[in-house]
Amino acid sequence: MRFINFELIFQTLPKLLDGAKLSLLISLFSVVLGVSLGIIVATGRLSKFWTFKAFASAYVAFIRGTPMIVQIFLVYFGLAEFGLTLPAFASGIVALSLNSGAYMGEVFRGGIQSIDIGQTQAGLSLGLSPFQVFTHIVFPQAFRRVIPSMGNEMVTLTKDSSLVNFIGIAELTYRATLIASRTYEYYAMYIGIAIVYFAITFTLSQLLSWLERRMGPYDSVSQSGKGLRR
Amino acid sequence: MIQLVNLEKAFGDNHVLKGVSVSVSRGEVVVLIGASGSGKSTLLRCVNLLEVPDSGEIWIDGVEVTAKGVVKHEVRRETGMVFQQFNLFPHKRVIDNITLAPIKVRGMSHKDAAELAMVLLAKVDLAAKARSWPHQLSGGQQQRVAIARALAMQPKVMLFDEVTSALDPGMTGEVLNVMKELAADGMTMIVVTHEMAFAREAGDKIIFMHDGIIVEEGPPSQLLVNPQHDATKDFLSKVL
Repeated sequence: MRFINFELIFQTLPKLLDGAKLSLLISLFSVVLGVSLGIIVATGRLSKFWTFKAFASAYVAFIRGTPMIVQIFLVYFGLAEFGLTLPAFASGIVALSLNSGAYMGEVFRGGIQSIDIGQTQAGLSLGLSPFQVFTHIVFPQAFRRVIPSMGNEMVTLTKDSSLVNFIGIAELTYRATLIASRTYEYYAMYIGIAIVYFAITFTLSQLLSWLERRMGPYDSVSQSGKGLRR
Repeated sequence: MIQLVNLEKAFGDNHVLKGVSVSVSRGEVVVLIGASGSGKSTLLRCVNLLEVPDSGEIWIDGVEVTAKGVVKHEVRRETGMVFQQFNLFPHKRVIDNITLAPIKVRGMSHKDAAELAMVLLAKVDLAAKARSWPHQLSGGQQQRVAIARALAMQPKVMLFDEVTSALDPGMTGEVLNVMKELAADGMTMIVVTHEMAFAREAGDKIIFMHDGIIVEEGPPSQLLVNPQHDATKDFLSKVL
């Protein structure tokens, strides 16, 4: 094992951080779109309307059953076949959002199903419409309950954003590969971006546990009266 | 005021209601008794359409709510329900549990709804708990909040579904007292319960259900003291 070339990492850090900005931007857009899509997918999976339900189920099955890199290529190259040429940046966000939407959908579905049916019945018995029961009673409780799993999915998505380097988006991994191929310092460059990715995901995890702690108190089994206890 | 006409309901092969008719007048307290599985809870849930009967008619205040085109959640504005498991909304403070429906369904202002909630909390003797979270309350307190929450919609009838069954024995009294006060105020009530003392004291009419049908009904003085049918005698000998 050679000594890690930290000098090179520091030299190229501005370029890497530019790439990291792009990685963060793509992840951020994809998380927001993925969560929104996930809520729609979850309501679809739980819907009484069989077409909506079948569509949502097929979508989740497809995303779960195919590699993410293939999904990225399908969006980038596939849409072009239908005359819809998206820039790489937009294609990356679309592909990551579509992927994340399916997994987030499953997270939300589990959360919604975990809310006691008595909550729905109580809401309905007060004259709230089924939609109001969902938005005011079931969903807020389900959302708090799924924050930890949602956080996992966000971290996964942030790491998976590295895959969009294959369609030529100059994000963190792309830049590292580029510099490495020029300097032959592959080891140093990938250690360098591993540290950057870790810094991002670690910060994200801390933010999420903070969010998790301050969303309480509400739960009947909560011991301290603060935060989420499942 | 409420007529249930020949209601039938089956869950798969399980025929829960086999043609049940009940009439409730304004201000009347009707108590449904019977063993578990006799159909009394299902009958109660039919009144506010949480269960939709397979056949038969339900009339509330001269309106057939089982008719086609009736919007269920509009019917439920007029019928308050209290559940065995309280079902308070754990993510909302006590006062917000109570004001939610008046604000969202009746379009009441936040200020008016809060004032109404405080009046009702005082009525169930919990005004001091308005800012508490449900999990900070005892079972009996939660159930009294649930009653206040249902009353906030100013319903025409209150439905009680075994509301003391999940409570510690020491807490049933406080809930039953609130219900007795309501009855004394002239509220129309349909109560499913195993509390025979409550039935005797607060009930105007007692209905004994067995195996999906009404076996016998009458005032407490008659049905509880001098039951006519063997099934009724058998049931009462077990619970009294």
